[in-house]
Amino acid sequence: MHAPDSEFAIEARNIVKRFDGEAAVDGIDLTIPKGSIFGILGPNGAGKTTTLRMLLGIIDPDEGERFLLGSPDPISRAHQVGYLPEERGLYQSMKAYDAIAFMGALRGLPLVKGRKRGRKMMEDHGLGEAADKQIRQLSKGMAQTVQLLGTLVHDPDLIILDEPFSGLDALNQGKLERLIRAQADKGVTVIFSTHVIAHAERLCEEIAIIADGKVPFKGKVSTARNRLRPQVHLETRNLDGPWRTAIPADCQPLGHNWHFTLPESGVEPLLHALVEGGAGIESLSIERPGLHDAFVQIAGEAVARKMEADAANNNGEDAA
Amino acid sequence: MIETIRAAFVIARRDFTAIIFSKSFFFFLLGPLFPLGIGIAAGGLGSQVSRDIDNPVIGVALSSEEADLLLETRNRLTRSLGSKSMPELFVLRDFEGSDEDIIAKLSSTKSLAAILSGTLAKPVLTGSERDVNRWQGKISLLAETAMSQPAAVEIETKFVGQTGSSSERNQLLTAQAGQAILILLTMILAGMVLSNLVEEKTNKIIEILAAAIPMDAIFLGKLFAMLGMALVGIAVWTTTGLSVALLVGGNWDALPSPAVGWPLFGLLMILYFSMAYLLLGSLFLGIGAMATTVREVQTLSMPVTMGQLLVFFLAYSAITKLGEPAEWFAVLFPFSSPFAMIARAAQMDNIWQHGLALVWQAVFTMLIIRFSVMLFRRNVMKSGQAARKKSLFARVAGK
Repeated sequence: MHAPDSEFAIEARNIVKRFDGEAAVDGIDLTIPKGSIFGILGPNGAGKTTTLRMLLGIIDPDEGERFLLGSPDPISRAHQVGYLPEERGLYQSMKAYDAIAFMGALRGLPLVKGRKRGRKMMEDHGLGEAADKQIRQLSKGMAQTVQLLGTLVHDPDLIILDEPFSGLDALNQGKLERLIRAQADKGVTVIFSTHVIAHAERLCEEIAIIADGKVPFKGKVSTARNRLRPQVHLETRNLDGPWRTAIPADCQPLGHNWHFTLPESGVEPLLHALVEGGAGIESLSIERPGLHDAFVQIAGEAVARKMEADAANNNGEDAA
Repeated sequence: MIETIRAAFVIARRDFTAIIFSKSFFFFLLGPLFPLGIGIAAGGLGSQVSRDIDNPVIGVALSSEEADLLLETRNRLTRSLGSKSMPELFVLRDFEGSDEDIIAKLSSTKSLAAILSGTLAKPVLTGSERDVNRWQGKISLLAETAMSQPAAVEIETKFVGQTGSSSERNQLLTAQAGQAILILLTMILAGMVLSNLVEEKTNKIIEILAAAIPMDAIFLGKLFAMLGMALVGIAVWTTTGLSVALLVGGNWDALPSPAVGWPLFGLLMILYFSMAYLLLGSLFLGIGAMATTVREVQTLSMPVTMGQLLVFFLAYSAITKLGEPAEWFAVLFPFSSPFAMIARAAQMDNIWQHGLALVWQAVFTMLIIRFSVMLFRRNVMKSGQAARKKSLFARVAGK
């Protein structure tokens, strides 16, 4: 065993975790560079939480090795890490600012300093009046914010958030996105898991897609998108002519509208052929595929549908 | 290690303050009133044991002929009345029988409850007031029968403050009281320890803790918070008890003195209570950690209480068997060791054995914590629906 390159916040090599003989995580390799925002995408039960728990040292992998901030013993780096678990929890009788300080104290921040910072952070987030209230007196959203602040109070170098947007309304989701960006701007590595592709698409430089305990894709969001060719939406006055050789032969019009994948030759030759061939262009748009399209292509239609259902269920629960 | 201690302190501080400043702590302080009844009942049982083991020997410092005559009479009477009907007699041959000799002999020979001197016609019985009053009648009967004399023999009595025998009996009482107090305190706490991690699990805080500090620190912190709370309770009750005793004006000299002396005995009481609590607490915490609901904890309470009683009975039954295999087993078996050792502290004056016992108990506590942590990490701290649906038995068994 050797320490990985220091440029990585996390490095996992072929980690495996089985429950009752069934692999929940089946040979995952992950390298997450320092200072990046990294998303782990996948439906419920794909192995996201188990992977994060192994990376954090809450459970040990059955096989493989993992390094957190260069250490094979993740707990020894706990003072540099902030973690927001999927299942939120706080001591109900604690005062809000004290709960933040307690979470900091667990990770080495002196309690007195933690209390001061806790109050300040709550004021900065518009919750100053709630600082002295017990957790049980706070709304669900406020309690979640308190827990998030507790994750950050000790100024960690690495923040791991498991489904952080789950349970938040649109307003608070926006706040959280801004907070994640602000942390990344400070050079903090942020890793979060989600089954909402839009969050990953807006925030992440790199993602890993997890499905059935494996990682079918890991890399930049742009790389994922580039696996699919851009789509062309064309409206022409003419339905036939020499220009037809420029578009795929099997492409059929819907009225005067044509939808097809951009040819390998690129935009300029296509445009030239359409103009020269007398297509009579009424409108032309070229769209890059979204991360959702890339996800469907990588993980499969069934997994994508499950993830959409999870997100819908989650929203339903929140609304309830 | 320092990191673990620091983290354990964070957990202990949270738990300690949460408990001490809760309303339920008041009820905890009232708690001893309920088991007081049990204590009184246990004391009754103890006095029965004490009577059973109280097999006194009366030293006979009469002339050789009279001593033999008395022995023969005793044997004759016990054949008719039973062996427990008369005290054992031990003839002290070549014994001068002066008052000083008798007092010295009583102090140095633990087995002698009293000494009979003088003559059969004018016997003198010397011993502690309790023993002399207890045996005076039977010795008189023996003397009358030996002399075939219908008239009652008047026995002159002499009291000495403390004989070896009465001292031994007093130490036994101290041992019993010490054990009873220890077991009562640990019984009060065990149920609380059992449910100690349920709050973290129901509030989902356990994952935050497990990701931040070593699991050993969580267990240790919880144990020490409960220990701290218990010691606060003990301090409150001891202070209250002493204040009441001072106000009432108790007879302090009448307190039976333990073999190691009161100051050391008090210290050992605290240390052995702490160890008994840590040993049983770590085990119960480990078992309770497998439970996910309050109902599961309630289910566990009964076998845990029964287990404690078994441990107590083991230690209690060994109290009069110092140095015998049964007593050694109680001393070496970690869970009964603190109770057996406090009994030793009351009856034996060598101190080094307590150091060894405390180390042994501490090592075993650490082993239990490690094992509990291992089980907890393996069987509870894992994700996946299948793991959550497992039965308590399967989790404990690691299946």
